Amino acid sequence: MEKIINITVKVWRQKGPKAKGGFESHKLNGISGDTSFLEMLDILNEQIVSEGKEPIAFDNDCREGICGMCSLYVNGHPHGPDNLITTCQLHMRHFKDGETITVEPWRSAAFPVIRDLMVDRQAFDKIIQAGGYTSVNTGGVPDANAIPISKIDADEAMDSASCIGCGACVATCKNGSAMLFVSAKVSQLALLPQGKIEAKARAKAMVAKMDELGFGNCTNTRACEMECPKGVSISNIARLNRQFLTAKFSD
Amino acid sequence: MYWLFNSSIGRKLIMSISGIFLILFLLFHATMNLTLVFSTEAYDWICEMLGANWYAIAGTLVLAGGFVVHIAYATWLTLQNQKARGTAKYASANQTKTEWAAKNMYVLGLIIVLGLLIHLWNFWYNMQFKELLHLKGAVSAGSGLVIDLFSQPIYSLIYLLWLAAIWFHLTHGVWSAFQTLGWNGRTWYPRLKFISNVVATIIMVAFAVVPVFFTIKSLFN
Repeated sequence: MEKIINITVKVWRQKGPKAKGGFESHKLNGISGDTSFLEMLDILNEQIVSEGKEPIAFDNDCREGICGMCSLYVNGHPHGPDNLITTCQLHMRHFKDGETITVEPWRSAAFPVIRDLMVDRQAFDKIIQAGGYTSVNTGGVPDANAIPISKIDADEAMDSASCIGCGACVATCKNGSAMLFVSAKVSQLALLPQGKIEAKARAKAMVAKMDELGFGNCTNTRACEMECPKGVSISNIARLNRQFLTAKFSD
Repeated sequence: MYWLFNSSIGRKLIMSISGIFLILFLLFHATMNLTLVFSTEAYDWICEMLGANWYAIAGTLVLAGGFVVHIAYATWLTLQNQKARGTAKYASANQTKTEWAAKNMYVLGLIIVLGLLIHLWNFWYNMQFKELLHLKGAVSAGSGLVIDLFSQPIYSLIYLLWLAAIWFHLTHGVWSAFQTLGWNGRTWYPRLKFISNVVATIIMVAFAVVPVFFTIKSLFN
């Protein structure tokens, strides 16, 4: 049987990066349990527009959980109360009839609010630019499988690469630390032969950039891996620590 | 070596190494305490040896250095982390089911420091400090001090609460130290977590034996 709920959405509104923000409450009736969270916000925006007001700004793109563009801190959890999904994959059946749903932007000094629920996550791009790549000669295309890679390493690298860079780890971390993101991006390359060559320089450059951009120090609370929509493990953080320390001690 | 102070992982390494040093000290201290249950003479012999001798003073200074480094870095890291978190707080709070100890390491640390001050006042001041400065009433045989103190149940209670804070601090601290050193992964995480609980419990029980034993003993006297 289809679930239909009436809800109150308590949402953060902020005109610009420097403007003072505040919460605004909207009643929304007749929402189907099959509606995704972002579709619910679309319906709410239609309602707001029809009242002649400014719609709520929020980030979204693919709406199928792979682009990492959607954010939203819903009822105390980044990407809402469900596990291993992004906000776009969250459905309204997870909420009760008559519930007040609090929707906030990611909060972290390194992620300033642009408008309403949108935050500036360019800090992540800057970390990738600092070393999250392999320098390759773009000659002829090599044969696939020309370099043997063990199944274990391939799987582990693939798990690390599942990080979509959404920033949920930073949003939930009590220290505003980006270690889960950085460690996943370091691991996905360092585990493979092509990435091993620059592994030391990469770990040093990306950690230096992360520190420079004002992210906090990891204290191993594991909040990041609990909230990560892709289930990226803190074993990546241990690997980053290991790589960074060996790189520094071998200097 | 500038990176040790200049990078987040470097600062964490200092926390990790100083933490492991303090854990090793706790294991030594707990073992030393246990001798009192079996023999007052043996305990007093150890106290005598750790009085105002050059090696005991050197050891005390190194130990104090370990505490200062661990506390100073904890404060520095906590301040940096609060700054990174930003001034805007979540209205719906943080509902992530993280472990309580993991989130409250600094607060637990403050409780431990408070307990440490009481402990230094109870023992170290009356023993090594007074002996060093040739003050009146320096005690070289510690057994009397211990037995007197724990014949007051309120002190046993304070010490047991202190030990509880240390237990929580260590359950997170032990595996966390290894994680920072890079010695962790999918296979090692459950093992290290188990080792953390075992180490924390051994230390707590070993320390708790003396106050509990002498409180009960005083009640039957």
